[in-house]
Amino acid sequence: MLNFFLLILIYTCIYAFMSLGQNLITGYTGMLSLCAAGFFAIGSYTTAILMTKFAWSWWSTVPVAILLSALLGVLIGLPTLRLKGDYLAIATLGFAEIVRNVINNWDALTNGPMGIQRIPMISFFGLKVSPYSKYGFLLLEVVLLAICWFLLERLVKSRMGRALEAIREDEIAAASVGVNVTKYKVVSFAIGAGVSGIAGCLQAGFVLSVSPGSYVFMVSIMVLCTVVLGGMGNFLAVMLGAFIIQFISYLPQLIGLSSVIPAQAKQIIFGLILVIMMIYRPQGILGRKKRDNSRAQAFYDQANGDTRNAGRKDIGLEESGAKCEEEGRV
Amino acid sequence: MSMLETKALTREFGGIIAVNRVDFNVERNMITGLIGPNGAGKTTLFNNITGLDVPSSGKVFFEGRDITGLPSNKVCRLGIARTFQNIRLFKDLSVIDNVMMGRHFHTGSLRNRTLQAVLSYFQVEKEECEEYEAAMKWLEFFGLENLRNDSAGSLPYGYQRELEIARALATEPKLLFLDEPAAGMNPQETDSLMETIRRIRDLGVTVVLIEHDMKLVMSICDNITVLNYGQKIAQGTPSVIQSDPAVIEAYLGTDDDEEDF
Amino acid sequence: MGSAGMFFQHLMNGLTLGGIYALIALGYTMVYGILKFINFAHGDILMVGAYIGLFVFDLLRGSSPLGPWWIAAFFIAMLVSMVCCAFLGMLIERVAYKPLRKGSRLAPLLSAIGVSFILSNGAAWLFGTHSRKLEYPFDNSPISIGSVVITPHQIMVLVVAVVMMVLLKLFVGKSKMGKAMRATSLDGETAKLMGINSDMIISLTFGIGSALAACGGMLIALDYKVYATMGTMIGLKAFVAAVVGGIGNITGAMLGGFLLGLLETFGVAVFGIPQGFKDTIAFAVLIIILLVKPEGLLGKVEKEKV
Repeated sequence: MLNFFLLILIYTCIYAFMSLGQNLITGYTGMLSLCAAGFFAIGSYTTAILMTKFAWSWWSTVPVAILLSALLGVLIGLPTLRLKGDYLAIATLGFAEIVRNVINNWDALTNGPMGIQRIPMISFFGLKVSPYSKYGFLLLEVVLLAICWFLLERLVKSRMGRALEAIREDEIAAASVGVNVTKYKVVSFAIGAGVSGIAGCLQAGFVLSVSPGSYVFMVSIMVLCTVVLGGMGNFLAVMLGAFIIQFISYLPQLIGLSSVIPAQAKQIIFGLILVIMMIYRPQGILGRKKRDNSRAQAFYDQANGDTRNAGRKDIGLEESGAKCEEEGRV
Repeated sequence: MSMLETKALTREFGGIIAVNRVDFNVERNMITGLIGPNGAGKTTLFNNITGLDVPSSGKVFFEGRDITGLPSNKVCRLGIARTFQNIRLFKDLSVIDNVMMGRHFHTGSLRNRTLQAVLSYFQVEKEECEEYEAAMKWLEFFGLENLRNDSAGSLPYGYQRELEIARALATEPKLLFLDEPAAGMNPQETDSLMETIRRIRDLGVTVVLIEHDMKLVMSICDNITVLNYGQKIAQGTPSVIQSDPAVIEAYLGTDDDEEDF
Repeated sequence: MGSAGMFFQHLMNGLTLGGIYALIALGYTMVYGILKFINFAHGDILMVGAYIGLFVFDLLRGSSPLGPWWIAAFFIAMLVSMVCCAFLGMLIERVAYKPLRKGSRLAPLLSAIGVSFILSNGAAWLFGTHSRKLEYPFDNSPISIGSVVITPHQIMVLVVAVVMMVLLKLFVGKSKMGKAMRATSLDGETAKLMGINSDMIISLTFGIGSALAACGGMLIALDYKVYATMGTMIGLKAFVAAVVGGIGNITGAMLGGFLLGLLETFGVAVFGIPQGFKDTIAFAVLIIILLVKPEGLLGKVEKEKV
């Protein structure tokens, strides 16, 4: 039981990486991408191939996987980002299918439908992070996820994040205030893709084998579900979404009814989640995270409070605050 | 030399000539009005100058530089800002964020900032504080400072118009295009808008506006250009325009509010 | 077989495949024309249509021997399937899309993806994951015309596809309903002001599109069997066909369908693209079209009004 719960958490973390990436692309920049499976596959196969054929360590494959996924992101982005929502969805879906097709057919490199087995375990300064003792692997995931989350939060808090949100709200208006819309979209896509690629590296390091069957369209849909369910434009929420989705996926096994409940039940539930959420709560469970300017605001208020008070020393601070409110136009 | 000039600017849409060989001039530090009946091609002309649309033929010069066909983000960076006929705010963002977007390109280029944004905490905080202050200056200009944390889409219509102008001004333009700023405003709001436009001019910003409210146009514009059926039919000071027979004909033919004129 | 014979052979195969793509593409294009959104579940409606057709056909023909009754039974099954799918399409529209018409553009798209998932997995649940054979209603042994070999199935596909398209063209072009449909597609709001019941027109559009999908589903099931995910790939390709032709344009969808069918057939047979990459052709075509002529071959450029 506990073991099972750990398994859920491990998959939650793997999906959380993809959810973070998808959230940057869809939640913040407003581009509906259906390519998560493609980035996931690129990450996995990069790790698998480099570790088995070239005996690289897992750690050194991660940056390569990120770069390759990001490159694929740019490759997809450049021709398709001019497209409106629905076209983009199909084009990215097409790209994900092309990736899977290539993996399925490029026998020399990917071993085709057979996949690649016997990937070495991740080692950390000589210490093997065995997927069988799940705590170590989970710890590794949580640390990487935390770093990734922190960096992404920084990114969206910066002016770039504001620009991405502006693009989501109104591309034409964003361009009219000097934002290079195409460039930001491509960058957002590339970063989102790179983050999703990390999920692939972890998957390869956990399952220790990769095969094309793990990178189907279903994966992209699940990732999309996590974002929609948790709340677009909220990194914490999409990670929560990832947990819920994984929990639902494994619920039959968890309660010991996997023989009774058909495998399709969870997919049907995902479908229902998408439809019902869109109709009744399109903002997701937690909803979008408001931009936080409180530091800048505090800094500004302090600086201007000082200048306002300079001329009238007789007024106490509290009183001047009240005065400001009175003068204010609401 | 004029600040902005179009030379024989033409825009065709599949056989329909929306703008036909228009020579449009904007003089520095003046308020220029662009008027004409509905469908005369005013907004199309704006779009072709500000890079939202590419002219079929003809040229656009800004401060002597050929800017024909430049994309709108580049046009903006050269110092031409604009507002839209149907207000286009970033509705889900707060009022202050909307204006801070106007400050966007003043904070440097994408390449050297993306990485910095993630890595350098203090740099970002400092920048944000500077941008915040600059944006507040524009909110105060319009008296919107107390609404700074409201979402832009929730503002009343008149404030949304002002916010859009504030956002455009935050880009620190030399030239500001206003597309029907008084549309939907009541007479008091229009009066206050007129005052605002004069204040903007006094900041040293050249203003071009499309407007149907003749009282507003005639009282604040230094120079007026009249379009009809995509062609320029008159240009001059308000008094010249008011007595121009071609203009009177154009308006009487399509508009029966001539007493406004 | 001479090279000219080969050419006609591939041409025939391509046209057959293309005819099916075209039928399905019509549904995408009609819905897009009116609601400006891609009905992701369209491919799954096709699958449902194939299942209904299969069951009705098997029920009707019972244990009777192959004969004219089979052909009649097949077309009755097709009719039943088309009617059922028309209602299914309208139901989906009412439940999953209509409440979202006013919301963001992403909402109906996500909802459609959800519906697609519910349908395909629901079918897998109800009918199992194995594939079923839809019997040919006639002796499908090839007929040789000169050096070209053609199967009765191919002839039927082409005839049915062309008849359906002509009927649709006539309906949209000549009937009063069709006129209302075109008006709604041009400007829904104004059409409403002119007294057109746009809710009804949207329902009707979904109904017709879904019926055509069911028809296409049965035709393709004869060659490729019936299974729960059969609609996914063919649906995507039909969508590509709609985009290539110019989405929102009925003639364009037909043209795009035939073009894509030909490209796939000739791509594999003549240009030596490996069979494994056959599905990639459609997406490569999509991306090239979007780059070179994003409005499609017959589509109109739509500029956002500012």
